[in-house]
Amino acid sequence: MADGPGDPHDLPRFAFDPQPTEVSGSADPRPRKESWWQRFTAPRERVELSPEVEDEVKTTTCYMCACRCGVKVHLQEGRIRFIDGNRNHPVNRGVICGKGSAGIMQQYSPARLRSPLLRTGERGKGEFRAIGWDEALTIVTERLRRIRDTDPARLAFFTGRDQSQSLTGYWAAQFGTPNYAAHGGFCSVNMAAGGMYTLGGSFWEFGEPDWERARYLLLFGVAEDHDSNPIKIGLSRLKASGAKIVGINPVKTGYNAIADEWIGIRPGTDGLFALALVHELLKADRIDLDYLVRYTNAPWLVVRNPGGADDGLFARDGQGRVLAWDRDADTAVPAERADLSPLLVGEKRLPDGRFAVPVFQLMAARYLDPSYAPEAVAERCGIAAETIRRIAGEIAHVAFQQQVVIEQPWTDWAGRRHDRMIGRPVAMHAMRGISAHSNGFHTCRALHLLQLLLGSVDVPGGWRYKPPYPRPAPPGPFPAGWRGEPAAGKPLAGSPLGYPLGPEHLLVDAAGRPERLDKAFSWEYPLAVHGMLHMVITNAWAGDPYPIDTLFLYMSNMAWNSSMHTGAVMRMLTDRDPATGEYRIPFIVYSDAFDSETVSFADLVLPDTTYLERWDCISLLDRPIGSADGPADAIRRPVVAPDRDVRPFQDVLIELGVRLGLPAFANPDGSARYPGGYPDYIVNHQRQPGLGPLAGWRGRDGTEHGRGEPNPDQLERYMENDCFWMQELPPEQRFFKHANKDYLETAVRLGFIERAEPVVHQLWSEPLQRFRLAAQGFGERQPPDHLRPRIATYFDPLPLWYEPLEHEAFDQAAYPLSAITQRPMPMYHSWGSHNAWLRQIYAHNDIFMSRALGVELGLANGDWVWIASPHGRIKARLRLMEGVNRHTVWTWNAIGKRQGAWNLKADAPEAHQGFLLNHIINELLPDRGGARFSNSDPVTGQAAWYDLRVAIEPATADEAGETSPQAEPQGLPAGMAPSPSINSYGTWLRTRRRQRARERSKQP
Amino acid sequence: MTSLPTASPAADGHQKKLGLVIDLDTCVGCHACAVACKEWNTGGHMAPLTDLEPYGRAPDGVWFNRIHTFEAGVESGSAVAGCGASRTTHFPKSCLHCETPDCVTVCPTGASYKRAEDGIVLVDEDLCIGCKLCSWACPYGAREFDTDTGTMKKCTLCIDRIYNKNLEEVDRVPACVMVCPVSARHFGDLGDPSSNVSRLVADRGGFDLMPEIGYKPVNKYLPPRPARAVPVAISTAPAVSPPANLNLLARWADRVLSR
Repeated sequence: MADGPGDPHDLPRFAFDPQPTEVSGSADPRPRKESWWQRFTAPRERVELSPEVEDEVKTTTCYMCACRCGVKVHLQEGRIRFIDGNRNHPVNRGVICGKGSAGIMQQYSPARLRSPLLRTGERGKGEFRAIGWDEALTIVTERLRRIRDTDPARLAFFTGRDQSQSLTGYWAAQFGTPNYAAHGGFCSVNMAAGGMYTLGGSFWEFGEPDWERARYLLLFGVAEDHDSNPIKIGLSRLKASGAKIVGINPVKTGYNAIADEWIGIRPGTDGLFALALVHELLKADRIDLDYLVRYTNAPWLVVRNPGGADDGLFARDGQGRVLAWDRDADTAVPAERADLSPLLVGEKRLPDGRFAVPVFQLMAARYLDPSYAPEAVAERCGIAAETIRRIAGEIAHVAFQQQVVIEQPWTDWAGRRHDRMIGRPVAMHAMRGISAHSNGFHTCRALHLLQLLLGSVDVPGGWRYKPPYPRPAPPGPFPAGWRGEPAAGKPLAGSPLGYPLGPEHLLVDAAGRPERLDKAFSWEYPLAVHGMLHMVITNAWAGDPYPIDTLFLYMSNMAWNSSMHTGAVMRMLTDRDPATGEYRIPFIVYSDAFDSETVSFADLVLPDTTYLERWDCISLLDRPIGSADGPADAIRRPVVAPDRDVRPFQDVLIELGVRLGLPAFANPDGSARYPGGYPDYIVNHQRQPGLGPLAGWRGRDGTEHGRGEPNPDQLERYMENDCFWMQELPPEQRFFKHANKDYLETAVRLGFIERAEPVVHQLWSEPLQRFRLAAQGFGERQPPDHLRPRIATYFDPLPLWYEPLEHEAFDQAAYPLSAITQRPMPMYHSWGSHNAWLRQIYAHNDIFMSRALGVELGLANGDWVWIASPHGRIKARLRLMEGVNRHTVWTWNAIGKRQGAWNLKADAPEAHQGFLLNHIINELLPDRGGARFSNSDPVTGQAAWYDLRVAIEPATADEAGETSPQAEPQGLPAGMAPSPSINSYGTWLRTRRRQRARERSKQP
Repeated sequence: MTSLPTASPAADGHQKKLGLVIDLDTCVGCHACAVACKEWNTGGHMAPLTDLEPYGRAPDGVWFNRIHTFEAGVESGSAVAGCGASRTTHFPKSCLHCETPDCVTVCPTGASYKRAEDGIVLVDEDLCIGCKLCSWACPYGAREFDTDTGTMKKCTLCIDRIYNKNLEEVDRVPACVMVCPVSARHFGDLGDPSSNVSRLVADRGGFDLMPEIGYKPVNKYLPPRPARAVPVAISTAPAVSPPANLNLLARWADRVLSR
């Protein structure tokens, strides 16, 4: 069908019309030999009720988002008939989402890269020459060898939403560059860091609500996102059981639309709301004191010595053990003692003469302050004080009047037997709406504080850890850099990412300057535990803190939706130094499976396979799957053979490791340690003796789990078990894991933790206080003077709420609205929203506004408007709706595309009616006294893209019709055929069925 | 012009009416059912479900199941959000396999027909002349014209799954039902009052879509449930003035606790 005006459904076409010639796939399957009259008078059709579904079914693991569901791929003649969910799989239990079902169109996407590409034109144009793999890898090897031999930090290796970070991080450490991270800093590091420093676990990947037993669920800032199918399955269970679901979100779509109550909070104020709930619970004394003294650091003594070097640190004895005050003995004793009768309120004099108070007192005094009262926060949060008070009353009622009891004895860390498991059935889940603000770390801590006061962490009905979590809070190790002179040609001493416990673990030089390109783990962003992907290009371009040679990116669309300030970033990627004429970022290597926007900016492109064409492992060393009832890991295996000159990125990385002679990948004689590539590595690599990428079927004979020798048949065992391994915990280990003796011993056996010691929840975070003390002038390592106030303010050992940094920085009257994004469910976290089926659901995006505000501003549905921030303006079409906070506008994220990218046609609506909010989000905050900080959380470096403030103005009539800005089109890479204008996938299946039916009818 | 089948009751006397029950209380609008339907059926009985301009200006293909989202009511519009009365409903829509469907009776060729044995409405593509009368007759907009093949297509209730001996019994359900992550879709015999789906309809007040038109749809929808109310048996304490905070702390000073 040629492109033409009007709706194709309006064009009459009859069965006897000539068939169009431009058909992809097989010819029309319907027999056309007999006349219409013959067919009309023939007997009614015989419906084939039992067609063959497949020649073969292969199980594997989905990759269309971060859920990692188990899927079954049904194949006929080696082509995909159908992908459905694996009923045995612990993540999705047989269901599959729209993205998963659309995997078939991902596999056959015309935007798949076809061979390695070497740039021939200017950067950004998409002009390439197809080259072979040997040439491509030779170019990379020569470049990287020179870097490694001189200054390994000049390689910046950043990956995106890939699921092989235990390999990529290990490779970076072997290379010797600290400049490595994945996309967590852009996504949800506030959740991870807030959780790990408080609970030794976190929302989403490291924990989940007790969907079976919760009676009340609070969903904070869950914008159709992490994680997809498990949340949906869980919400359905809560609906069936009659639990109440409360959605706290500025936008009422998706999960929030089916919640029993929607609280349309103002963006960035969730922490204030949570602390008001804390205030109410404390005031009414509706808190679980038993839980607090058993499992949290509430009784731990904090030294009170204002102006002293030890102020705010825990009181410890001579052996370094933290002290608590025992009421019976009326003295300070080690807090770890099981027979402690702790004091929670009261100042005490320690044997050494210092004064100390319990954590509980400091916490309670803070949040009983009237500044946290519902009336004090109502206007800022956009929630009525009576609503806040009612929610506090409801969760107190459910927690304490509807407690859940499981008649299951268990043994606590001290060896004491308990007859039953008692739970407080208030569960919580939180995600991006909390994370993507510059106050998100503390907001996440505030939510955990609320959970702990209710006693609802890892109890029946509450929020539960997913093994291998909990780990110590924080877990360690600390990040590895050089802390001094770069060591050329040597691996780093550890992992580039980790958890600092204090200033001594920062990656800064003697003058306090950042050692990493992204400035993670510097005084500016001390707990940037996932790195800061969003600062890499800006800093590399500016040569701040130093210039680099090669930017090596994997599966991260940094020239488009994975960067803030997209237009500026594209200019940085193409900017040349006038003195030398060379690009300021000298060399860019990019690996991706598809022709994304970032491909056009690469000097060298290494084409990846699709997820159905390669081996992979979803490792407990990396980002675990599984559930609160037991740890799990999984593999992907090749289901279909690639039809292009592409290679799995993990194989390529390992081969580069061999070529470069990295000790983990090459033997001393230069030969490959893992000659079988990634699958060989998955099976045979050991991070520590007995611990490898996969936990299942270890040991020579495959009988060990967790720890054990490599098993040469391990992948076979996985494939026999639908490509996953899960170890169900026995019932006595399923709750109170942080203090459950049997669980902790299991966790040691499986290699999750080193010692079977309880994980004590940290209401008061001493690592934060250590940074604050440094800022106040104590300790060997202190921040530069201009950073002292910043650190002293934001490194509060108790959760606090502050105005998002960008809100403070600009005139809120000039930019009166918050602007946020969310991913639509059929495209949540998916790599390739160009998918032929998914783009029929969303091919453009509008900016949504509350109808009441639209009316007030004189704007109507469908109007074209300018969205202006302090950093620029973009044009989009307006939609009015009811279910959105009145002070907030929002849009679907990552629908807008650059013209020419993803092998979409030049007139694709993604390019002309789609847009990115990223264009008007600055990656930097305004200059403050000569320093420009990243637009990020000052604790973790999390990109604060939900802090954006905008104003909306109508566009003129002649501006209507197309979004702005419009990027220059990018060209189709060499060797890539233009995308088809019709898709008739499945015709071949009907043809095959007809043929088989005819064959059967001929058989005697 | 095409006749509806005469009743063909089962041995126990009930007329089999296969159909779907869709729960509007739990549907989150994720499109999982729509895409799974597309995926199964593009290789299924009516294959292919052609997509025009799949990578172009107006991507438009054949879908047997489409999801619409509606808002009803008005939020307060005040600075305090969430206290209004608007409701957002996700509404999946596919053929309702009506008992008295005009889409069948208007068909001039007999292509559009309703099966006597289970009530499923199908199109015999070999007889379809693409006149589209059936799509005009369907008040629900459930029919899908494939411009490329020139034939009308529609939901088959996955007739090539539900009786398919090559599938495990548990999988013999429409693709949309099998995949639904919130279990909002149910499949069964609505002619049998004792079936799971009939009981769901009875228990939850399942309703017909536009009953006034008289097509007697077999598929039913379950309405959103009233919001759960949690009693606040314990109200939080009365407001306390700031100087009283110390007293509040003192409540815990003498509390005897053990680990």
